Order: sequence, then structure tokens, then C-alpha cells
Amino acid sequence: MTTTAPPGTDAAAGPAADRPGDRRRFGLSGRSITQGPGLVFVVPFLLVFVLFLVWPIVHGLWMSFTDSSLALRDTAFVGFDNYAEAFGDPDVWSSLGNTAVFTAISSVPLVLIALAMALLVHSGLAGQWVWRLAFFAPYLLPVTVVTLIWTWLYQPELGLANQFLGTLGMEPVGWLSDEAVAMWSIAALTVWWTVGFNFLLYLAALQSLPSTYYEAAALDGAGAWRRLWSITLPQLRRTTVLVAMLQVLASLKVFDQIYILTKGGPNASTRPVLEYVYDVGFTGYRLGYASAVSYLFFALVIVVSLVQLRLFRQED
Amino acid sequence: MSATATPLRPRRRPPLAAAESSLLLGHGRLPRALAGTALAVLAAVWLLPFVWAVATSVQSEQDAASPGLSPIKGAFTTEAYQQILERGNVTVWAFNSFLIAGLVTLITVVVSTLAAYGFSRGTFRGRRALLAVTVAAILVPPQLLVVPLFEQMLLFNLVDTYAAVILPQVVAPMMVFILKRFFDAIPRELEDAARMDGASEFRVFLSIVLPLSRPIVAAVAIFVFIGAWNNFMWPFIVTNDPDLMTLPVGLATVKDAFGIQYAQSMASALLAALPLIVVFLFFQRRIVDSVATTGLGGS
Repeated sequence: MTTTAPPGTDAAAGPAADRPGDRRRFGLSGRSITQGPGLVFVVPFLLVFVLFLVWPIVHGLWMSFTDSSLALRDTAFVGFDNYAEAFGDPDVWSSLGNTAVFTAISSVPLVLIALAMALLVHSGLAGQWVWRLAFFAPYLLPVTVVTLIWTWLYQPELGLANQFLGTLGMEPVGWLSDEAVAMWSIAALTVWWTVGFNFLLYLAALQSLPSTYYEAAALDGAGAWRRLWSITLPQLRRTTVLVAMLQVLASLKVFDQIYILTKGGPNASTRPVLEYVYDVGFTGYRLGYASAVSYLFFALVIVVSLVQLRLFRQED
Repeated sequence: MSATATPLRPRRRPPLAAAESSLLLGHGRLPRALAGTALAVLAAVWLLPFVWAVATSVQSEQDAASPGLSPIKGAFTTEAYQQILERGNVTVWAFNSFLIAGLVTLITVVVSTLAAYGFSRGTFRGRRALLAVTVAAILVPPQLLVVPLFEQMLLFNLVDTYAAVILPQVVAPMMVFILKRFFDAIPRELEDAARMDGASEFRVFLSIVLPLSRPIVAAVAIFVFIGAWNNFMWPFIVTNDPDLMTLPVGLATVKDAFGIQYAQSMASALLAALPLIVVFLFFQRRIVDSVATTGLGGS
């Protein structure tokens, strides 16, 4: 049961600070205030926010201009050296390339399959909760559990994938050991694991569509395909924009499953940029350089989000 | 502005009843049969890895390691589960996961609901600016913070402690924002009555606002718990002591050590997944509704 105000009440209320009555409500009638009431509620959050979010961001930025290292405590300011090095570092470019490939081959199916799942479940066939559970359950699993299960499925001799190919009379595939295949295997695992979230977003959007269009279409004698193409899909445009944007941002940040499955191999062919940051910082002890690479990547993520916003806004 | 400002208005209708489904599929037989087949095939593909894992986990190692497409190759046995539980590590990691995810959830919910109430009802100077900074922080990828946070933990001498795993996870700007939007929609008349009776601000928050917000607070708690339970990168980086590891981290470190013991690795995977599957079965409606209405979640 969701407790919500009737729409009118909220609209009338408006933001708290804009209403003159507020001060009285907090028992400070009349007096002009500098530290108004309510601040004390926000203080605990501000404390952890500054300590564990603002400070690390600022500190990380500063580190990216130093030769900070896990191995030695003395650090020196090196200006833009780390950034210059990162631009000339082939490993930065190849890991960025891997990240881009993963984002491309995972995002498209993650949007399209989620849409297909939601349309099928929403069509009202019996067994709703079974379908919802089947599609959403993998999303609940910890990454290690997902990778354990899929390592078993991808196992060279006994794994389900190769044994299935065997019964079809096909050669076994090096799912995680073949450079040409490994990234696709990781993308398939990721689609299985995370599609449930996009599926729920689509399902929610479908359930909020007004049925009047369909009733009109039914009167006009439009068939199932016609309704799908002319009513349902156009109505889902906004949701698709949202899902696609969130998905691209999520895919760009891939690290966990790749690190556990392949450690970026074979031959660094699946190493994403965030794993390179980890390798440089925590295995190579070069925290300053690792920070510079991660801030470059963050800048790139911001550019990608802005471009996406632009693209989708123009289309609207 | 208009009523569109109302967050969380229950826009959803109940799922289409079977009789109504003709709205989407029409009255033809063919679309219905096609949709049903596609749905069944997709669901089977999505459930297959689970079925395969469960079947492997209840066999002996020899049977699991013998070739064959049939998931059941030998006699049913719970050997793998017994061996894992006897070894003890998994139970320690499960305890750590419960403790850490529980404390992260508790602290996050307390800190975030208080802040959201302060942002919603407060009149202190700088409220808008602070709120804007909080919302902007939603965009910061957590991975950006890993290196400087680790340095910070070294500085505070917290590496390899529960505190190091827990504290950085309690900052949840997204949850503050979602809760604030919900609090904004609660009519103030109820609170005013209590204030006139002399209730303190804290009293109003505790006995009027919180009880009205139980659904959204529960949704936030569930998602924070799932997120903390599944979190891998941060606990992985900040813990080296096997006695402090969470389940996902512990399982990753022994993955290679399992060698060819497939039954055991599947059994441990399923044991680690069990708590979340139970949470989902208990709160299915709430989880689905909260993702739907708030769009929260996401990893």
C-alpha cells in the first residue's frame, strides 16, 4: 500500500522553504534565522557525505597530479605528467577500446531483450509471477555467484555450452580462452545477469499505459502487430531513452565479472579500463597514475552522458 | 506547477487480467500461441543455468565431472553442501555478509531518512545548495572513489576492519533524494496538528512522518541491503584477512582453489544466493513495485 497525497494537495504545498508559515512551524516565529531548523537532521548525512564522498573526490583529483604510490609514503607534485603519460599509454587506449566494445555488445541486447520480455509478460498470459521470477532472479545474485555458475557452463570439456555443441556435432569453443570469443561470453553472462532490472522498468511503463488507445484500436479492428507497432512501441519511447541511457552508463563501468572470470585475459583482450586502473593502482602500486586514468575515464563518461542527452533531446 | 510534481503517485494499474489481454494480443489464436511459446522459451533459457547449477550441486564430484548432457548423472547426495559447511569459511563469510549488509542498511536508512526530512521540511540557509550538491553526487561513479578511499583508510588505519567495509557504503545520495521526494508529498496538516500539541520536530518525524513512509523506507532498505550484500569491488579491495571477507569476496578468492570440484563450487554459489532469493520471495511485490515507481536499484 503506498501512502501518497492526492495530487492537488502536493501541488498546493510547494517546497517548504517558499512558504512563510514554515518558521512558525518550527517554533521560531518572527526571528530572522541564520541556522534555521532542520539542519540538525541533515548533519549526520553531511558528515558521511563529506568524509566518504567529497573528500575522496577532491583527494583523488589531487593525487592524480602526484606520484603517490602504495610503496613509498613520500609523494611529489608532478603536474600533468600522469595525464600526459596516460594519453601516450597504449594500455589505456586498448582498455578503453575493450570497454567500448563491451558497452556496444552488451547494451543493445540488454535493451531489446528486456523490451521483448516485458511485452511478452505484459500480454497477460497466465503464470505472471513465474515469468517475473525467472527474468528478475539473476539480478539478485552476487557477482561471484554469477561467475561461478557461468564458469561451470563455459567449462571447456564438461560445460553445458560445449557439450551442447558436441551433440550438434560441432567443435568445442574456448568460451573464455579464445580472444575472439571471450568478450562475447562475458556479454552473454551480463545480459543473463542484469536484464531483469531493465525488464522491470519496461514492465512498469507498460502497466501505466492507458487502455483507451487499445479500446479504440480494437474498435477499428487493428490486429496484434498493428497495436504493437502503432500504439505500444511509440508509447514506450521515453522509457527506451531512459533504459538505454542508464544501460550505457552501467556497461561503461564494467569491472567485477570480467575481473573474476578472466582477469582481463586472454592477452588483455577483455581488460576494461576500470580493471587497468585497479591493476596500475593496487598491483603496480602507482596510485597517482591510477587516479589520473580514472579521472580521464570519468571525464569521458560525462561527455558520453552529455552526448546522449543531446541526441535524445533532438529526437524528441 | 501542476500535479505532475507528485512523486510516487500510484500510476500503475494492476497487471492486465487474462480477459483484458485481448487489448494487446487481439482475439486471434495465432498471436497468443506465438507469444506463449516465445515466453516459455525465454524463461527456460533464463532458468537453465539455475537448474544446471542445482543439479550439479546434489551429485558426487565424480558424477559431476563425468560427461553427459543430462543434468542428473548419478545418485542424489548432499555431500558437497556438507563439505562446504564443515570447512567453516563459508559460514564465517555468510556471518560477515549479514553483519555488514545489516549495519550498512541500518546506518544508511537512519542517516538518509533524517537527511531527507531535513531537506524536505527544513528552512536552514544553504538548504537548496546542499540538496543540489547531493543530487549531483548521484552521477559520480563509485569506482572513481576506490583509490582515494583506500588511501583514506590507510590514513585512518582502518584497512582490514569492518568499519572500513561499512562506512564508505552508507553514503546514499540517491536514497536521500527518493525519500525527500516522498516526504514532500505527505500533507503537512497532520504534522501541524502534532506541532500545535507541542511535539518537537524529532517527535513529529518519528511518530507521524516515518509511519506514513513505511513502504518507501522498506523499499530503500531492501535495495540498500541487496546492494551491500552483492557489493564486490570495495570489500575486495579493503579486506585481506579471510576472516573479514564477505561471501562474494571469499568465494572469488577460493574460486581457483576449488580446482575441478564442480559440485562444491555450485553448492557454495547456491548457498550464497539463498538469502537473496528468500528476500525476493518474501518481498516480491514490494521490490517490483519500488523499482517500478522509483526507478531505484541499479548497480
